[in-house]
Amino acid sequence: MSNDGVNTSRRTLLIGLTSGVGAVGAAALAVPFVKSWQPSARAKNAGAPVSVDISKLEPGQRVVREWRGQPVWVVRRTDTMLEGLKKVEGELRDPESAVDQQPEYARNSHRSIRPEMLVLIGTCTHLGCSPTYNPNPTVEVGLEYGGFYCPCHGSRFDFAGRVYSGVPAPTNMVVPPHSYMSDAVVIIGSEEGETSA
Amino acid sequence: MKRLAVILFCLPALAFAAGGYNEHVESAPINLKDRVSLQNGAKLFVNYCMGCHSLKYLRYERMADDLGIPHDMTMENLNFTSERIGDPMLNAMDPKLAEQWFGAAPPDLTLTARLRTSDWLYSYLINFYEDESRPYGYNNRVFPLVGMPHVMASLEKELGEEAFREEMADLTNFLTYAAEPMRLERERLGVYVLIFLFIMFWPAYFLKKEYWKDVH
Amino acid sequence: MMGLLNRTVDWVDARLPVVNAFKKHMSEYYAPKNFNFMYYFGVFSIVVLVNQLLTGIWLTMFYSPTDAFDSVEYIMRDVQYGWLIRYMHAVGASMFFAVVYMHMFRGLMYGSYKPPRELVWIFGMLIYLALMAEGFLGYVLPWGNMSYWGAQVIVSLVGAVPYDIIPFIDAKEAKDIGEAIATWVRGDYLLSDATVNKFFALHVVLIPIVLLALVVLHILALHEVGSNNPDGVEIKKNKDENGIPVDGIPFHPYYTVKDLAGIIVFLAVFAVIVFFFPDGGGYFIERPNFEPANPLKTPDHIAPVWYYGPYYAMLRATTLDFIFDAKTWGLFAMGGAIAILFVVPWLDRHPVKSIRYKGWISKVAMVIFAIDFLVLGYLGTQPGSPLKTAIAQIGTLYYFAYFLVVLPFAHRFETSKPVPERVTMGGH
Repeated sequence: MSNDGVNTSRRTLLIGLTSGVGAVGAAALAVPFVKSWQPSARAKNAGAPVSVDISKLEPGQRVVREWRGQPVWVVRRTDTMLEGLKKVEGELRDPESAVDQQPEYARNSHRSIRPEMLVLIGTCTHLGCSPTYNPNPTVEVGLEYGGFYCPCHGSRFDFAGRVYSGVPAPTNMVVPPHSYMSDAVVIIGSEEGETSA
Repeated sequence: MKRLAVILFCLPALAFAAGGYNEHVESAPINLKDRVSLQNGAKLFVNYCMGCHSLKYLRYERMADDLGIPHDMTMENLNFTSERIGDPMLNAMDPKLAEQWFGAAPPDLTLTARLRTSDWLYSYLINFYEDESRPYGYNNRVFPLVGMPHVMASLEKELGEEAFREEMADLTNFLTYAAEPMRLERERLGVYVLIFLFIMFWPAYFLKKEYWKDVH
Repeated sequence: MMGLLNRTVDWVDARLPVVNAFKKHMSEYYAPKNFNFMYYFGVFSIVVLVNQLLTGIWLTMFYSPTDAFDSVEYIMRDVQYGWLIRYMHAVGASMFFAVVYMHMFRGLMYGSYKPPRELVWIFGMLIYLALMAEGFLGYVLPWGNMSYWGAQVIVSLVGAVPYDIIPFIDAKEAKDIGEAIATWVRGDYLLSDATVNKFFALHVVLIPIVLLALVVLHILALHEVGSNNPDGVEIKKNKDENGIPVDGIPFHPYYTVKDLAGIIVFLAVFAVIVFFFPDGGGYFIERPNFEPANPLKTPDHIAPVWYYGPYYAMLRATTLDFIFDAKTWGLFAMGGAIAILFVVPWLDRHPVKSIRYKGWISKVAMVIFAIDFLVLGYLGTQPGSPLKTAIAQIGTLYYFAYFLVVLPFAHRFETSKPVPERVTMGGH
């Protein structure tokens, strides 16, 4: 063994080259391991969009569907309910829906695509309980025009899922992405269909 | 102790249970890149086989994407069993009733091409023959005394032997795909990996050479 | 930047001897400079070990022992790149044995088990045993039909050990003991979820811990005595004025760069199998395992995976009925074939270490031994026939004769070549 005449720069170059290519290889090898943590085809199917037939939904009636482990409410609001939305605006924390709790197409006074149809994720934005549905005025819980009342900590929401001032819940309830495949079918979790009224 | 002796010494001798590999097994013309063939195979499977057999590990959506079939066409023409395109390809048959009818519940066919080989599957499909002694009037040269009726007897009569063989080649092709849907992706990725390793070998090789100049 | 790095290393080194450890095991571990091709397989087995740990940990994230068969197909189809991780693990199992067999044969060729390396060999053999257990347990987990029947045979073997050779235990009691042990292993009266759950825990926790500990011991023991080499010359006998073996070179960088080039070639072989022949033509993933476990239907042809082939062939080949019945002798043959490897350091009485300088009897006998082991391995995976049984019987006899006759006595009948004082480069 001898160390005479060692070409140091050639060694440095080769070490750099080998390490560089090796690093690329290691990064590529990491890809399958990282990607395997993404939702699987089974999870994606379980979380696939849910279609709801609304043709038989009476005014004032609510149906609940599960989408990605959350209760989704679909309510056909009555005219009285829609009128009530305007009357409570002064008591609300975010009447204009400034906080990003809904898709762009639901950032309006009724927080929905079609005025009468409400699509909402049915969990309270405080700690995730599911509020009760009060289609009629329920003064004892402070809902003069009706709305949603969370029994856990007393948060109140109007018929557009907008939160009242002075309750624990910080923001309006979430409107999930949804769209209309036809007059009779709303699809939750997909914007494939119509998203304007 | 006796039981063990039986297991060890006799099992290999029991090698020919139902559906062995006999002289009628011939090579199947498999081409997983032939989408027309795969689509035809999928159509045949849904129309003729799926009444009794499921493909429970294959999802409609994956089949549609891999075979180049649009989703809405899949839902209209191929999916008669479920609402969602992401669902597995199940069927509605009650396995208990099926067992009464055929003597054994029709097996799920997702992995059959890997269990029995594509060649066996193809040969089985083209080797039904008329046999009055059997309950459904047909027997099979590859799988003698098989419980399954010759579901495609009318198709075979209608098409004639040559065309029928081609159809069965498509069906076999489709079932070969179903058994390992990632096969083309696997082979494609393999080429990239080998190219990468080939590139990486050279700096490592010259690095070794460089250092080993010291060693005499 | 470098200053910070150096200070960090110093800080750690003052509390944990990292620099010393690196010197002792890498940059100042002097390995003989004449390693040949056969010396790659040790590092290959470390590469495969890392592969198995990594892919194995990932597979446990998706596998479910109570839903075993379906969850494997879930991994193969629904989990993104699950198929790749699973194939890497399944092919890795076979590759592990392939490289370990080469590594063991290297030891036999160059007498790497001879003093002072007996403990290195014994730890290696314990690794091999742990690996066989790990391979078997892992093979059961997909719960295909071959998994089921393979487990059935092995659990029956445990229950069929002839406990009546123990004094005061008669045949009836022996049978009861066997049954009780088999039931205990299964955790049920038949192979069931309880068995798969148990095997899963052993496969992913217990045996890997044992395996890792043994690997550390194997390497520590090796680095204490130093590596052997193809010439079987102790490099520590010739040291320079600084006490460094004149025929030794620092493991790092010389063998790290050499091994790296070798590893890339090895990975290419591995990749060819994973991407183009993942079931190894039915030898790595057997066809009956594409069908769920079925207690009512044995596969057409039941066979162990190839790496157990030689021992299974010996088990089946034994037809001697003398004092004990044939099956008991079969168990003895199989157990003995593995046990005998542990005492190889004391069986080999040849004055010469390396096969290079042994006489022609040793050389021919070693070549035949290699062929014999391969033939037995092949026979173990094939259905039996009278001819095959006869060949397996001869093969079994030769296997034992190699260890019990050739290794202890060959030197009396042959003339060895003179062993050089220094290692040779590029020869032979």
